[in-house]
Amino acid sequence: MAALQNPVATLTADGLIGSLPESAARAALADGAVSQLAIETKDSVAEAEVKNRAEVRNLSFFYGEKQALFNVSLPIVDRKVTALIGPSGCGKSTLLRSFNRMHDLYPGNRYEGEIRLYPENVNIVGPDVDPMLVRLRIGMVFQKPNPFPKSIYENVAAGLRVRGIKAKSVLDERVEWSLTRAALWDEVKDRLQESAYGLSGGQQQRLCIARALAPDPEIVLLDEPTSALDPIATSRIEELVSNLSEVVTIVIVTHNMQQAARVSDFTAFMHLGELVEYDMTARIFMSPRETRTQDYITGRFS
Amino acid sequence: MTFTDNPGSEGFGRSALAVSPQFLRRRRLVGLLMRAVLFAMALVSVLVTAGIVYVLISESAKFFAHVSIVDFLTDTEWTPVFENPRFGIVTLVSGTFVSSLIALLVAVPLGTILAIYISEFAQPRLREIVKPCLELLAGVPTVAFGYFALLFLTPIFRQFIPGLSGFNLLVPGIVMGIMILPYIVSVSEDAMSAVPASLREGAYALGFTRLQTAVRVVIPGAFSGVTAAFILGMSRAVGETMVVAIAAGQQAKIAYNPLEGAATITAYIVQISLGDLPHGSIAYLTIFAAGLTLFLMTLAFNVVAFWLRRRYREVY
Amino acid sequence: MTGAAPQSAAASRLPAIDEMKIVRRGRRLDVQFAVLGLFALTLSMLVLLSLILDMAADGLARIDLQFLTSFPSRRPEEAGILSAWVGTTLVMITTAVLAIPLGVGAGIYLEEYAPRNFLTSVIEINVTNLAGVPSIIYGLLALGLFVQVFALGETIFVAGLTLALLILPIVIVATREAIRSVPLEIREAAFGVGADRWQVAWNFILPMARPGILTGAIVGMSRAIGETAPVITIGALTFIAFLPPPPVQAEFPFVNFDWLNSPFTVMPIQMFNWVSRPQAGFHVNAAATGLILLVMTLLMNGVAIWLRYRIRSRR
Repeated sequence: MAALQNPVATLTADGLIGSLPESAARAALADGAVSQLAIETKDSVAEAEVKNRAEVRNLSFFYGEKQALFNVSLPIVDRKVTALIGPSGCGKSTLLRSFNRMHDLYPGNRYEGEIRLYPENVNIVGPDVDPMLVRLRIGMVFQKPNPFPKSIYENVAAGLRVRGIKAKSVLDERVEWSLTRAALWDEVKDRLQESAYGLSGGQQQRLCIARALAPDPEIVLLDEPTSALDPIATSRIEELVSNLSEVVTIVIVTHNMQQAARVSDFTAFMHLGELVEYDMTARIFMSPRETRTQDYITGRFS
Repeated sequence: MTFTDNPGSEGFGRSALAVSPQFLRRRRLVGLLMRAVLFAMALVSVLVTAGIVYVLISESAKFFAHVSIVDFLTDTEWTPVFENPRFGIVTLVSGTFVSSLIALLVAVPLGTILAIYISEFAQPRLREIVKPCLELLAGVPTVAFGYFALLFLTPIFRQFIPGLSGFNLLVPGIVMGIMILPYIVSVSEDAMSAVPASLREGAYALGFTRLQTAVRVVIPGAFSGVTAAFILGMSRAVGETMVVAIAAGQQAKIAYNPLEGAATITAYIVQISLGDLPHGSIAYLTIFAAGLTLFLMTLAFNVVAFWLRRRYREVY
Repeated sequence: MTGAAPQSAAASRLPAIDEMKIVRRGRRLDVQFAVLGLFALTLSMLVLLSLILDMAADGLARIDLQFLTSFPSRRPEEAGILSAWVGTTLVMITTAVLAIPLGVGAGIYLEEYAPRNFLTSVIEINVTNLAGVPSIIYGLLALGLFVQVFALGETIFVAGLTLALLILPIVIVATREAIRSVPLEIREAAFGVGADRWQVAWNFILPMARPGILTGAIVGMSRAIGETAPVITIGALTFIAFLPPPPVQAEFPFVNFDWLNSPFTVMPIQMFNWVSRPQAGFHVNAAATGLILLVMTLLMNGVAIWLRYRIRSRR
């Protein structure tokens, strides 16, 4: 198998699809798990090609003296949903927040290793990369909905204004598109100038999703986006996350395994700061390779 | 694949919404500029202190070129404008000291009682009314207090105290006590509310009354904060100008008798500023020497108070 | 029933105590102290009230159009506070224009930009220290530095600058507290949306902190209006029978800044001057001026208190 090469990653035999009989490979293609397929006729080994949007390479993270991530490596497949699951304290939020350099807001934190963003092939946790620039390309939705004390329109437009986009036509267009994609447009189209705080919790979170989408980010990070919401709001958001992956790459942290199984294409299970297992979601949940993964999924520990 | 329903975006890696390098450059420049500007603004406070120290020391240096420090500190008369001038700062300091002491004698008991009352006894609703009222008291201009001391209180007091002269230290002292009351109450009450509820509950559970809890548990627990409050009040009284300038008179003498007027450091500085002394003269330079003395006194008080407050903040 | 000690086989016994008597005594002391507290409260409020009423009784009748539009005079009945209140207004404008941006800017720097290092501690200690420096020392600073070394003269600008420096710590502390009260999640969301530090501070944090900052500014200005000592030390004259040049004029460029360089007086100084005279007529004038000053400061502090209450209830 050819080694990992950007921007195209070849899934190796180490943990992913890798060498499969042709039938299985075509089945994977039909699944939507891979976007391209190259078949070498020579020995019927199918090489599945998948585009990566980002790749975590040997990432370790330190809160001051305390190490929170230990040598984590995983790909983030383009325009797919990757879920990070694991018990509390496993480092999934820490890993998520490394993508958009949120840790840099607080003193004493340190990254070792890389997170590469494609196609530029830049290490976004490198010391020479300005965190502000990273946040212009990677958006985030937080656990508790946190709209700004502004109107609905201005909340969605905030990311655009911050990038210097002022033309009303562009703003109007993006606001409508983002709110539509966040399944909120119909509910708020007549009250765009009203305060965002007038919306319900679920609506506010969808507003925050629209806000993250508006500047056309390359990746959207979702940090347990439904844990503060009721079940109905939760299912609405899960639905829209699946649809969203058509336009943007998603990484979602969730402590709810069923949610991960429902919405994600790939899942990474983490425990005590390490990546235990990464695979297609179906594989992780139906036939995990590691004992720890098995134990977590069956509820042995949470 | 292109995603035609994402307006402004052109798919993988490129987007019409991509941030232009010019914008990024400009934003970075603005950011750097604002950072520098804001830093300069923050530095102003350091510059002010530096300015104060510079002015006081350099002008006092000119003064002490002609007057020995020993004389300054030990002489018992202050007559800078006389033919044979005497420069005993102790004179002015005594006036400051006596008036401030009287202020503390009024403010400490009253303030402590009020602070305990607000913190431990009063209903929350009463607290909501009392604290704003004290703030209003703190906002009254000091000239108004001066007027009040001279033209309202002094005549009344003179009815009851036969030896009280028109200008005296007693009445301004009492008025200053009322003036610093809000500060003492506010700092003490802050200190008391920092005492954890668990300590109070423990006391009540043992059968302590409210008063016993306040005196035996809360005050010892807030001791450094309460002491800091007293010291801050003293510092404020020492630095007070208008009340004493109006009601305590201009006579510079050792203040043995609070029933008579005496000049304080601050009142003296005002007196000279109102006059016509030539700017380079020794008599004129005395205000800087006096100011330096005042500055060092209040600095000492503030440092001790700051250190005390920091200590109690660390305990919890 | 008296509190008989529980009998036990071991010899340890609590002495017999009269529980009811202790409880009654404790309760009585509590009540007595509460009365004492209320008395202390009443006393201080009484002082405030009598100050206001006394000044009103002495001076209210004196306030009329003539008083407000006349210059000081050797005759108390003809004297007025025109130059004084114009001076106060102009000085206050200067103070506000200088103190508020400086204080807010310093507050933003300290909260949003300053790293935790020695220099930052030095700045913070300075701010705390300056809050406790007597106001007359600021006057000496202004006299020694601005009037003499910088040769700016005894002008409105110097007075405004001095008072601005005096109230700077108030504005800085109020700004910092207001910024600190903005919830963390808003700050994270603002960074998350791709804003840089300045954009976060200016576009997101500051609008939310505005009411708190405003409160601090009002309290600061209220303090500045009543300050006398530093302005005297600078050399504000007490017998000013003219007005500074007006800021607006008929010809281009329509605004004029000459007034900044003009000698002046302010209301507290005028009041001080009148109070220091022996004639009763001047005392009446002083009371009238004092009443106006009182009303202004009480109003400003009242607005600040109301604002603070509104902020707290909105949270």
